[in-house]
This record gives sequence, structure tokens and C-alpha cells, in this order.
Amino acid sequence: MFGYALRRVLTAIPIVLITITVCFFILRLAPGGPFDGERALPPDVMKNLRAHYNLDQPLISQYFIYLGGVFRGDFGPSMVMEDFSVSRLISIGLPFTLMLGFSAFVVGTVAGMIAGAVAAVQQNKWPDYLLVAIVLIGIIIPNFLMANLVQLFFGVYLRWLPVGGYQPGSIAHLVLPVLILSLPHGGRVARLVRGSMIEVLGTNYVRTARSKGLGTRLILARHALKPALLPVVSYLGPGLSYLLTGSLVVEQVFALPGIGKYFISAALNRDYGLVLGTTILYVFIILALNLIVDVLYAWLDPKVRYR
Amino acid sequence: MANVLVVDNLDVTFALHQSEVKAVSDLDFTLAEGETLAVVGESGSGKSQAFLSIMGLLARNGKASGRAMLGDVNLIGMAPDKLDNYRGKDIAMIFQDPMTSLNPTLRVKTQLAEVLVRHQGFTAEKAHRAVIEMLERVGIPEPVKRANAYPHELSGGMRQRVMIAMALLCKPRVLIADEPTTALDVTVQAQMLDLFKNLTNDFGTALVLITHDLGVVAGVADRMMVMYGGRCIEKGPTDTLFYDPRHPYTLGLLHSTPHVAKRAKRLDPIQGLPPSLEHLPRGCAFHPRCAFRFERCFEERPPLLPVEDVREKACWYQGELKYEAVA
Repeated sequence: MFGYALRRVLTAIPIVLITITVCFFILRLAPGGPFDGERALPPDVMKNLRAHYNLDQPLISQYFIYLGGVFRGDFGPSMVMEDFSVSRLISIGLPFTLMLGFSAFVVGTVAGMIAGAVAAVQQNKWPDYLLVAIVLIGIIIPNFLMANLVQLFFGVYLRWLPVGGYQPGSIAHLVLPVLILSLPHGGRVARLVRGSMIEVLGTNYVRTARSKGLGTRLILARHALKPALLPVVSYLGPGLSYLLTGSLVVEQVFALPGIGKYFISAALNRDYGLVLGTTILYVFIILALNLIVDVLYAWLDPKVRYR
Repeated sequence: MANVLVVDNLDVTFALHQSEVKAVSDLDFTLAEGETLAVVGESGSGKSQAFLSIMGLLARNGKASGRAMLGDVNLIGMAPDKLDNYRGKDIAMIFQDPMTSLNPTLRVKTQLAEVLVRHQGFTAEKAHRAVIEMLERVGIPEPVKRANAYPHELSGGMRQRVMIAMALLCKPRVLIADEPTTALDVTVQAQMLDLFKNLTNDFGTALVLITHDLGVVAGVADRMMVMYGGRCIEKGPTDTLFYDPRHPYTLGLLHSTPHVAKRAKRLDPIQGLPPSLEHLPRGCAFHPRCAFRFERCFEERPPLLPVEDVREKACWYQGELKYEAVA
């Protein structure tokens, strides 16, 4: 088990390197640069700026300078927002984005699993139909639209919750964003759990368990849950990374202080350092999540450990 | 000898979208203490469904009626949570496919020990010791190591031994084995049958052996019940059915089985196909494939009636069955 985890960590290193390389060069292939504005800067100023950020050197040596920085944990300065380093900007926005994403993840996963398991046990009865209908609505309606609808309903009509914005420590400000973010995630989890649970309940080994007289509760908890969670667990990694990246939209709609606004404006401004920094961060998060999922998978399904 | 299982008037029906299908009709039989009963028939003859219904393991759309008395309790129509007090303890079942009948995510010992914890109130530790003992008993080498293994680490024969150990842990009065050797190598099949015979003898367990393999029946079963189209069409002591079958279908089955002694002869299959349970023929279900049929067989279904003392058959034809008539 430990050896398996170690192997997975080692294979993650080349993936990080490759992503940095590809992103670095693609970004430079795109037209425009951080200092191209409506009005051209005087040539001398431009020359000084480019020299300051090493942009006058050959591309390949810029690449190695950047890579060296990354290895020392330094993502360089933001080229557009003066006086801010990329690391500083990330450390301002990231905690909020993570908090929002993880809250939605926990809420969506738990609610989805419960809903899916209930629907599977009640297959083709009214609780099943009701849950499936809710789940489909959650998945189908895009979250920026759903966000506006709940803002209108809970924020403007009922006045129960704030429409947007954030005050540190205020849970009321988080309810709607977490709800919107967790809805499609919870829906997908519920569908997966329902499907795999129905399949597992029909397997020969569940029939064996019933023939042993174990009782419904023990059969569900010991014999059906673990194998039914397998397809769900493999979705949780990508699911969480959708939540962290998907929160960019929700952060905009609810005017929340996450990392999303930096990422979007950095891409538009060609802020090379900031785009790369946030991209690497996301790659890192996704890899770490997949790693956790793989290890979890090996625990759930003993056959995986030997591959 | 006293009967441990008495089945009376057992019907099993499945609800389909528009219609109903009767998989088992009006089945009666008894099982005496320690006896081995073979249930023989083609696929779709209802042999598995009859016993799944007794275990309360029918698919969601299945329904059973009638009586299956285990001692003085009727298992048919019993609520699942009450049934759980008997199945796994007094009546146990082994399934056809040992590759998929064990839970792939649990260790062998977990799956065995839980039976003892549930039914005998053993502590985990005591259950584990009993499990190792039982694994040794069913001929598993290095039982301690195997007990800690997951099912995918064991061979097919090994897994079926685990299934047997699991079913026998509580020394049940009745063991139902549904095609227990079909998925195994021929060499392993013989060992497995020996094991069944020895263990059920030792524990005084009555064995129901569901199979389509007459070779399996010959060596092991005391009595035999032949099923066709959801009904029993002939039953009696194994020897008499083998050497002197009275129902044309039993005769056909015997002649479609290969014999090592009679080489060179071609096998004679029974002509035609088993009937669909949704559209059973009028009269005797077997008449479209029967060489001995006459007018009555087209119109009236023959009841199961005694022939001589110990056997019964459901057939109108009372003359001598000569095999040549089929060919």
C-alpha cells in the first residue's frame, strides 16, 4: 500500500514539469504581451521594462530562469499589478477559494451519497422519482443562471440571505454560493451512487450475503457500500477540481474575494507570471486530488494494489 | 426417517410488463434427514427458481406461494427479517458461480466469520478460530494464510471450497447446492462431490443438488426429481430412474448423456427446444418433443401419479418405453 502511494507520487513529478513547459510556451505563442496597451509606451520605457522582467533574453533562457524560480518556490512578480508577487496574490485569494470549494464539496458529496443510496433502495418508487428529478434539474441548469435565480428568490424577494459580497466569519454570505456550487456536484454524485448501488444490490455476492441471513442493514453497510463507492471515488478527484475551477464563475456572480478574479484578469492582461502561477497551482491541486483518490481506490478495491 | 423439509404446492410467478410468467407450478417434495436429493432439468425448467424462492432470494418481480415447511415453520411468504433467523443457519445455499458469489472487497475470513457472529453469537476471535478449522476441514491448504486472502487471490476450486465452508459453518439441516460444480474443471468436480458427500454425512445435513449433469447425480444422490416446464415430471430413487426411466423425457435425458463405455455412437439429443414458460404448450408440456405422444397428450395435462411404491411420474403413456422409438 505504501509502495503503491510512493510510486504514484513519483509519476506525478514529470506531469508537473510537462504542464509548466507546455503552458509557458503556449502563453508566449499568444499575440500581445503584458505591456501592450491602447497607447504604445515610449521605446525606451518599453526596453527598460522588458529588461527588468528578463523579457529581452532568448525565450529558452527565460524558461530556465522561470523554472529555477519555481523550484525555489518563487513564482516571480506580477507584471501588471506592480508591487505584488504572484505568490502574494495567490496567498490573498486562495484560502477563500479553497474554503468555498471544499465546503461545496463536502455538502454536495454527503447529500449526493445519501440521495443516491435512498433512491437505489427505493428504486422505481416515488422517493426515487422525486430525487432523480431534483438531481437532473441541478445538473441541467447552468450555475450562473441558477445563481441569479436563487439571488432573486432568497435575496430579493424573501430577503432571507444577502445577495452577494462577503464579510469574514459570516456564514449567511456563504449559504447561497455553497448551495449553487454543490448542486451539480451533488447531482452527479447522487446519479453515480444510485447507479452503482443498484448494480451492486443485484450482484451474486449480495445474494450470497442475503442467503447468509445477515439482515439488510449489515448487507448495505458491509457488503454493498464499499464496492458501490468505487465509481464514485474515481469521480471525486475530478469533481473537486471542477468545484475549485468552477468557483471562478460563482465568485464573480456573488462578488466574492477568491482567486478567480485574478485568474481571469491575468489571462486578459497577458500577465505571464500570474497566469502561469495560478495554472501551476491548479495542476498541483488536481494531481494531489487524483493521488488521494488513487490511494483511496486501492483501499476500496484490493485488486488495484497488485496492478 | 423424519423429514426436514416438506414442500407443498409451491408456485413461483414473475410479473412482467404486461403479463405473468409461472416459473414453478404446483411443486411437491420432501427431503429426509441426511438424504441427498438431485433436482435435474434443462435451463428454464424452474429448478433454481424453486429453491431461490424457498431461500427468499427471488428477484424483485418474483412471488412465491404454497408451503415450504422447515421443521414446523413455513419459509414461503415469511418477512425477510424473520427469514434471516433461518437462512444461513438451518438452511444454507451454495451458488453456481464461485467467481462472483464472494464479495471481492472483503477478506475470506470476514465473509465466513460474520455467519457465526450473526447466528451463533460468537465473538470475533472465537469465530475466526472456527473459520480456520472449517477451512481446514474443506481441504484448503494453509488455512490461516487463505483466511486472510481476498477472493481474487484464490482459484475457482478454492473459492468453491470457501463457499462450502461458509454454508456449513452453522451445520445446517438443509444445504441447497445450485450447480455447484458447473463452473469448475472436470478434475476438481469429482473432488468437490466427494467433499459434499463426506461433509453432509458428517454433519447429518440433507443435501439438495440442483444440476443438469446426470453424471453428477449418479454417484451422489439417493433420490432424484426431474423437472420440465416448471413442474416435476418424474421422481424416485436414483437407481430406478437411471435403469428404468418411466417418463419419455427422463429417457431422452439419459440417452443424450455421453458414456465412456459406449464409444463411437453419436449422441442423441432430445429433438426440439425446451418450451418458453410464457407459452407452455396445451396438454402435456413435453408433447411437442415426445415420441410416445397420442391424442390425449395434446389436450390434457397428465397429473403426477404414483407408479409402483416409491416413484411417481406425470405421463399418460402407460406402455413400455423402448429407446428405438425415439430414433
